[in-house]
Amino acid sequence: MSVVPAEVLPGSALAVDETARPAVVELGPRARLWPSLCAVYRAQLSRARVARIPLLFVATFQSIGIMILMRGVVDGGAEAQAVVAGSSVLVVAFVALNLLAQYFGQLRASGGLDHYATLPVPPAAVVLGAAGAYASFTVPGTVVTAVFGCVLFGLPVAHLWVLVAVIPLAGAALAGLGAALGLLAPRPELATLLGQLGMSAALLLGVLPADRMPEVVRLARDLLPSTYGVEAFARTFGPHPDWAFVLGDLAVCGVVGVVSLAVATWAYRRAAVR
Amino acid sequence: MCAVRGLTKTYPAVRGRRGAPGTPEVRATDDVRLDIRRGEIFGLLGPNGAGKTTLVRQLTGLMRPDRGSVEILGHDIVRHPERAARILAYLGQESTALDELTVSLAAETTGRLRGLDVRQARAERDAVLDELGLGPLAGRPIKKLSGGQRRLACFAAALVGERPLLVLDEPTTAMDPVARRAVWSAVDRRRAERATTVLLVTHNVIEAETVLDRVAVLDRGRVIACDTPSGLKERVAGEVRVELLWRDRAPLEVPEVAALQDRVVESGRRWTLRLAPEEARAVVATVTGGAAFAALDDFTLATPSLEDVYLALGGDAQQGLVKA
Repeated sequence: MSVVPAEVLPGSALAVDETARPAVVELGPRARLWPSLCAVYRAQLSRARVARIPLLFVATFQSIGIMILMRGVVDGGAEAQAVVAGSSVLVVAFVALNLLAQYFGQLRASGGLDHYATLPVPPAAVVLGAAGAYASFTVPGTVVTAVFGCVLFGLPVAHLWVLVAVIPLAGAALAGLGAALGLLAPRPELATLLGQLGMSAALLLGVLPADRMPEVVRLARDLLPSTYGVEAFARTFGPHPDWAFVLGDLAVCGVVGVVSLAVATWAYRRAAVR
Repeated sequence: MCAVRGLTKTYPAVRGRRGAPGTPEVRATDDVRLDIRRGEIFGLLGPNGAGKTTLVRQLTGLMRPDRGSVEILGHDIVRHPERAARILAYLGQESTALDELTVSLAAETTGRLRGLDVRQARAERDAVLDELGLGPLAGRPIKKLSGGQRRLACFAAALVGERPLLVLDEPTTAMDPVARRAVWSAVDRRRAERATTVLLVTHNVIEAETVLDRVAVLDRGRVIACDTPSGLKERVAGEVRVELLWRDRAPLEVPEVAALQDRVVESGRRWTLRLAPEEARAVVATVTGGAAFAALDDFTLATPSLEDVYLALGGDAQQGLVKA
């Protein structure tokens, strides 16, 4: 078997003997934050071509199914608004929280983080690029769910534009949480479990109308970041939405997003060098 | 260009839990000392668990040693592990980070994350894919490629964005001869043009003998020898390896065969013996004539390989070095 071309054989060795102390060689360039963030974002986004069904479709089908089920229980009014808003934000929770937690959990367990850790890229670029891509995967599903829900429950579509703010802010909060859980979980199964639990919480606490819940559940609901995305979106279905409250809810999402992404970046740094 | 002194890393003991027995403390690298020269292909050879990957992880800044120093091109990697990424390119054994990207995007993104701007990254990507013959596969996701092609695609990503040191962990696993040739030609070109240094982790003894300038043999975390492949082989030059393959079992009723029994390494129907040349001649004469010949299926007589060197140096792994 010929393993190597003849010209590579030792003896053609080019090794230089260094008797003197070697000079300090200049370091290669560092990748700057924005260009590398864009590169990671673009690469992650392209994964949707390979894994189209889990990343783009499953969450939408799930949310549409839930709305059809709830159609028999809920008839119009504030409850219908909560169901549509909850189902739409559930798409974000499924992809950005659950799937991203699984992705980082697997990447960490399999040694895939070594690839990024041996490149001169800022940790924030890897985390934000991936989180941004996962938040982007939720856009078609959330819009389709919201439109379908409005038609199904006869809600006004006039203020659906608010999704332009809801998706990125709820996306940031939930993707940050998902990335942090995935990178902190000691084993990939735990990352999957935590992601699933987060998604189930978003489902139970976000979609079901809060008024009939016991006090403890309402408290848990207030602690979950997806709730504020749901509330902000649900408020806009009314005839005269109170925009101050909408902004307040979105601000909570934004703050949680900043904090959780910072935690995720710290977790990445910790996971990359052991 | 790369000096390693007294590098030591101990994995702490793991206490047993229900259903899982504990593991004792393991010294994965034990006072390792290496000097890698500029422009050479330096190999790390050793069986599974010898500490090759742990050593490489410490050299690439992925793991902090307990003790010791690593200096690459004048930079202290133990104190500034983040500098490693700006000096070397690392090809690990895992490709999960790139699996769902196309070959072309994997190479381009890796280049961009090595600090190249879009235009440079694309130009280098095209040049490298062309050089490795990956052009026709450029648009395919890495996940959908065969094992060897996947490895070659990851190797391509490692080459985009020049680095003076390439750290390659078993780069040619599962590759066909054409792909191997592409890898070694690409390495050789970079050595000739830019005096690129290569640190190669390998299991493959044939490859080690043909491509390496020097090799360090690792066993249980220690460097037990470091020399050129031919220099190492001279240490066991006085020995010949005889392999006997019996039809169904060794004919122990033949006294000459029975006498060899306590000197062989037995694996199924195969007997391996390391003997002085005249002894080997006698053994071959015995088994190819007389009663033993009827029981013999095949035999080979070979000069020592690096694997024999490893065993002669007191290497622990009975199965030797070759993974496949």
